[in-house]
Amino acid sequence: MTDIFETAAVKASGIQMDGPLADALSGRSDILTMTQQAHDAALKPDEPGGLSHKMRAALSCRIARLSQEEPLAAHFATLMDSASGPTEIGQIADPAFDGGSDAWLRAILRHTDLVTTDTKAVVAGDIPALTDAGVSEDDIVRLSEVVAFLSYQIRLTIGLRLIGDAS
Amino acid sequence: MSDPIHDFTAVVPHWRPRVTPIKLEDATPDQLDALKVTPSNTKVSEYVLVLARDSETLRERTPLFNAIMYNRGGLSRAERELGAVGASIVNRCVYCAAVHASRYNQLAKDVSVIERIFADGESAELSPRQTAIFSFAVKLSKSPPEVSKDDMAALTAAGLGPDEVLDLVLSAALFGWANRLMHTLGDPIEIAEQA
Repeated sequence: MTDIFETAAVKASGIQMDGPLADALSGRSDILTMTQQAHDAALKPDEPGGLSHKMRAALSCRIARLSQEEPLAAHFATLMDSASGPTEIGQIADPAFDGGSDAWLRAILRHTDLVTTDTKAVVAGDIPALTDAGVSEDDIVRLSEVVAFLSYQIRLTIGLRLIGDAS
Repeated sequence: MSDPIHDFTAVVPHWRPRVTPIKLEDATPDQLDALKVTPSNTKVSEYVLVLARDSETLRERTPLFNAIMYNRGGLSRAERELGAVGASIVNRCVYCAAVHASRYNQLAKDVSVIERIFADGESAELSPRQTAIFSFAVKLSKSPPEVSKDDMAALTAAGLGPDEVLDLVLSAALFGWANRLMHTLGDPIEIAEQA
């Protein structure tokens, strides 16, 4: 079993191994271990499709920044820098970057930002907007899982930090 | 083709995908493994057949989901469902809200809490403990999340221990994930319209 204090969510929360929260965490060590496995499946899958490992880390960094969760953003920036691929991919991590002249990337970033920050505003037409820009259906699901998993990871991290601060 | 449902309901609708589900007969061995298809279990929902397009994440997600919602100890199952409903209200995932509202009603044997939440949304007035739980789930689900030390203190004052708060964080956070799949990849439609 993974040491739960080595998982990204627990590390980024900054909580201490000897805190009173440790008992509650060890009772849910299976969940924290599975969370890290889901992190690895979303960030470093064997079959990344059209979304490279570097791009996934950059998207995750962007999502963490949009969610004002800097410790996790720093984790994903490190992951991004260590993954192979063109350095321009790093632009994606900046929420101000909109994809420039690349229609495929623009559509992906627009969707990432919308689903991250205003899920309720997503409408049926947002999926054809992706396919029209050349995003495959497999990549739509892969992108959706990255954005959706990150939304979980961010909220788990923030929640752990709050419990840690209170105990 | 029937219109999507926009109002919250405790009657579970049908989910109509916006992305083409894979065909079970075309599934790769990896996809079949992630789908947990066995000779005795061949019934797979369209939702899961859409998610099978990313089998690596699906394989991790299913056991994680079950552990967060159903593992023993900690927060009661009904209160975990209340956390899921709080997230689903914020993200306006009508399908997830229906599934978890109906589970809450079954477990709590009380429909009045969900009725108040569906009528008044995020500002629904509930018992002090229910309010602390629901309000925490709602604030954690905002983007960016809006939970503060005061919300944490309200949970403690309502009698929740750290293990229960952790389970609430997990269930509300999990629906930040589930809502972003269900609400974006398909539409809830009236079940009667289903052929």
